[in-house]
Amino acid sequence: PNALVFLEHRQGVIDSGSLSALTAAGQLGGQVTGLVLGGSDEVKVIIETAKKLQGLSSVLHSSSPQYTIPLPETVSPLLEKLLSEGSPFTHVISAHSSLAKSILPRVAAKLDVPAVSDITSVEHDASSNSTTFTRPIYAGNAISTVRAPSSIPIKFFTVRSTAFSPAEFSEGAEAELKTLDPVQVSDSPSEHVSTSLTKSDRPELGVASRIVSGGRALKNAETFQSTLYPLADILGAAVGASRAAVDAGYADNSLQVGQTGKVVAPELYMALGISGAIQHLAGMKDSKLIVAVNKDPDAPIFQVADVGLVADLYEVVPELIEKLKR
Amino acid sequence: MRPSAARLLNILVPIKRAVDYSVKIRVNPQQTGIDLNVKHSMNPFDEIAVEEAVRIRERLKDAVKSIKVVTIGPSKSAETLRTALAMGADSAIHVEIPDSAPPPEPLGIAKALRAVIERQKEGVDLVILGKQAIDDDAGQTGQMLAGLMGWAQATFASKVEVNTADKVANVTREIDGGLEELKCQLPLVVTTDLRLNEPRYASLPNIMKAKKKPIEKLSATDLGVDLTPRLETLKVTEPPKRVGGGKVENVDELIAKLKEAGITAVKA
Repeated sequence: PNALVFLEHRQGVIDSGSLSALTAAGQLGGQVTGLVLGGSDEVKVIIETAKKLQGLSSVLHSSSPQYTIPLPETVSPLLEKLLSEGSPFTHVISAHSSLAKSILPRVAAKLDVPAVSDITSVEHDASSNSTTFTRPIYAGNAISTVRAPSSIPIKFFTVRSTAFSPAEFSEGAEAELKTLDPVQVSDSPSEHVSTSLTKSDRPELGVASRIVSGGRALKNAETFQSTLYPLADILGAAVGASRAAVDAGYADNSLQVGQTGKVVAPELYMALGISGAIQHLAGMKDSKLIVAVNKDPDAPIFQVADVGLVADLYEVVPELIEKLKR
Repeated sequence: MRPSAARLLNILVPIKRAVDYSVKIRVNPQQTGIDLNVKHSMNPFDEIAVEEAVRIRERLKDAVKSIKVVTIGPSKSAETLRTALAMGADSAIHVEIPDSAPPPEPLGIAKALRAVIERQKEGVDLVILGKQAIDDDAGQTGQMLAGLMGWAQATFASKVEVNTADKVANVTREIDGGLEELKCQLPLVVTTDLRLNEPRYASLPNIMKAKKKPIEKLSATDLGVDLTPRLETLKVTEPPKRVGGGKVENVDELIAKLKEAGITAVKA
């Protein structure tokens, strides 16, 4: 097999989700090629780090002003050309990120092949030229084992980053760098207007080893922040939220943990005032240690929590901060 | 030359019948899938799509010419079409597949939707569907349809503003880390995220009225589309059980448990 891995990056750093996708690609047991797209100056920075990634045999890179803010409509033509007749690639892989899961299915459809989303394991059988995946379905309440047979010439799949450790850098590794001409799209039907990212110096939710998460009981945005942020600071944790908290405007949509929000598996997940709906558990039940604080003893969260404390979080959190400081 | 009337908007809303989100999922003994004789309903993200189409009509009044809903599924999935018609769609299409047929994959669904679009004499300007179905959690159909049609796509939409005169739509999308706004030419495929709207319940008069609205029946062969899946589901199993239930009585015990797990304060 020859796997093409879409390496996403932001502010000069390769996304950790892409590093997990690279690990998954390595498990296919063949060659692995990275693909980096962007504006020319950011690409120059990224390929210098990308070439040191273990497991990468080469890095294709394409620069164009059009790729500074990638849109599926402007990026797909390059991928379609790269993967058209005579292409060496047998697998196309990316993280299950909002950008990549918008691009890969679009390209797969153009090449008339299916795609597999959010895989948690991958195994390629060279003799039958088929690749078998496991992936969660029904919000992770069932695990499906799916095989892409040899009749599918190029196998597309996105990777659940919590299921694969990120690939490592090593000074010794030196993947070959190859320039790829961009495919200019003059009549893109979509145009980027603006991007607003939630600024925060906390670790990013998807990669944080510790998460403090708040739910409906946090009353409003001010209380959500004044209660959770000091605790998150003292634990060096990222902040997450239940859908109820995001819907009620206590926290930004990007903090939502759950089936259709972020999926996390940190060392510590502390759920404060979160009842634990099926859809929320789907996003955090693989965490190593789950701590739950809730006034309601019957809250479903307690069924998965390793450490449950039935109490009022407005009493527990200040006391916790105080005692952790000592 | 008289200015041409603002293009009238034809909206297509693909919807899917899925196991209801509140059902406790059980894998079947043969490990071929889950126990399906449980409560089903319209995929929640598709409900949001139907709601958005109706709200666009409420905003743009008669600039919206038609709202058509379509589902590809066994006979029972006609129920979800009735729900959508009761919410405000004008007409429906049911691409019926045998009850015994395996569920089609997103690629098959996208091809069927392309064929449905090509049958619409007055064309389709806007397709709105859920960002994923809560059964297979694939989240691919909208993107695949946009690719096959060569149309603009706006996935994970939390706000949609259509301007029929300029034939564009401004869409705000939820992306990793925040929000992104796009300006998209029509025709456009939009997939809905949770925050786009709060779907209405159909009133009784609307449910009665919906009974008289037309449902066009088609088959995959009518559309010239092969819906046979190309991926093979080898087995379906229970996820590893998470044994929880551990309780502590106070903060001191909680901190002791954290210490046990090697978790202490980060030295500021």
